[in-house]
Amino acid sequence: MSGVRVLVGTRKGAFVLTSDAKRERWDISGPHFAGWEIYHLKGSPVEPNRLYASQSSGWFGQIIQRSDDGGKTWHQPGTPPGEPTTTSGGMPKGESNKFVYDTSPETGKPLTTHLWYDGTPHPWEFARVWHLEPSLTDPDTVYAGVEDAALFRSTDGGQTWQELPGLRGHSSASSWQPGAGGMCLHTIVLDPSHPGRIFIAISAAGVFRTDDAGKTWRPMNRGLRSEGIPDPTAEVGHCVHRIAMHRSRPGVLFMQKHWDVMRSDDAGESWREVSGNLPTDFGFPIDVHAHEPDTIYVVPIKSDSEHYPPDGKLRVYRSRTGGNEWEALTKGLPQSHCYVNVLRDAMAVDSLDPCGVYVGTTGGQVYASADAGDSWAPIVRDLPAVVSVEVQTLP
Amino acid sequence: MIRVVLPAHLRTLAHVDGEVKLHVEGPVTQRSVLDALEACYPMLRGTIRDHVTQQRRAFVRFFACEQDLSHESPDAPLPDAVGMGAEPFLIVGAMAGG
Repeated sequence: MSGVRVLVGTRKGAFVLTSDAKRERWDISGPHFAGWEIYHLKGSPVEPNRLYASQSSGWFGQIIQRSDDGGKTWHQPGTPPGEPTTTSGGMPKGESNKFVYDTSPETGKPLTTHLWYDGTPHPWEFARVWHLEPSLTDPDTVYAGVEDAALFRSTDGGQTWQELPGLRGHSSASSWQPGAGGMCLHTIVLDPSHPGRIFIAISAAGVFRTDDAGKTWRPMNRGLRSEGIPDPTAEVGHCVHRIAMHRSRPGVLFMQKHWDVMRSDDAGESWREVSGNLPTDFGFPIDVHAHEPDTIYVVPIKSDSEHYPPDGKLRVYRSRTGGNEWEALTKGLPQSHCYVNVLRDAMAVDSLDPCGVYVGTTGGQVYASADAGDSWAPIVRDLPAVVSVEVQTLP
Repeated sequence: MIRVVLPAHLRTLAHVDGEVKLHVEGPVTQRSVLDALEACYPMLRGTIRDHVTQQRRAFVRFFACEQDLSHESPDAPLPDAVGMGAEPFLIVGAMAGG
């Protein structure tokens, strides 16, 4: 019987929630990596038991973990304990937590500066992996979006990581500035119809697209308008929070920006606002229904300084028209005194029928809807603050 | 044998309980101890000192024989008691929280 596996990253560990297709009764495992910040976990679409996790700590840095059995056991995919860390030729072997910006003259770019919050130049400093995006075709290939913003790729199951330096080498990079959460590359969307096409989003630089597997990149921010930057319609500098795509229609993208919900019908070449009747168009996550490419979900948040739902009511909003007309989904969600947030990677959908929708909150609740958002129930209520939620639909 | 005490999170990563015992070739210094530690426990590389610069991570401190050695040269000899295994080399996460 089919089922789902929900991968939850929190401020103090990871949790794996599993259920059958009814999505009524849940088994909870965790905390995995207890005490560490787990920014993101995600499974390979071609080998669902292959999971990758980003484990980090302000004390001890970045660790990459991998599971090959659906989250039952985990290991760092570098050199096993007891084995030499160098080859017989003296070359270092795989170290799964090594992320080093590419500054080689052949492939990389000089490590210059980006802009700090105060507008002064600031050196690039690796902090952590925000998002892991496994390849659509190869379980050993996975992309990592990192802070300070750059895109890395592993082709050996997470043992070694190489930067795709063309992105950070873009001529605009020296003008990129961090958003409130740091200068993070938080969104990676792989286009299933164009193998070399990848969309990424950076706070607060905006969306970029490559059509040659990461060698060259173009900003994709035409149509965005952001108050609070010197040129509200600048080519780069927008605080994009999340973008989403439906696999069947990769030319259509949806975006939750700092303020504004946006839509592109030309693979990011241009954007138009579809905030419509939302009570506020500030928010973090956005996602698309698994079977209805024009059904999308957001979680409106009061403002950029008040990171909680308006009126103390947690409402997921659904549009069945690809934006502009929105309905509040409230059944089963707290409708009074609720002041949690839903972060950018903390919403996901499964591909069962009816489509399941999941949101995790900074209050530690993970809510699930097994009927495309019509009604909700908490799977768990008291986890550490939830940073990310991903869902795998299992055969 | 050199005795090393790791903070709890790094013991978990290295899959060890209690102290780690290491054989160190040549002079016993921070660098030689950390080199030996990372050779035995490669999953700890990058968690105590930076992969490239080899500098101690900002929130990690080194102690031995009731002395703070965090700001000593990585090539300075560690106290004799550490080299003889009478005292452990302590790797400590900076205190935080309330």
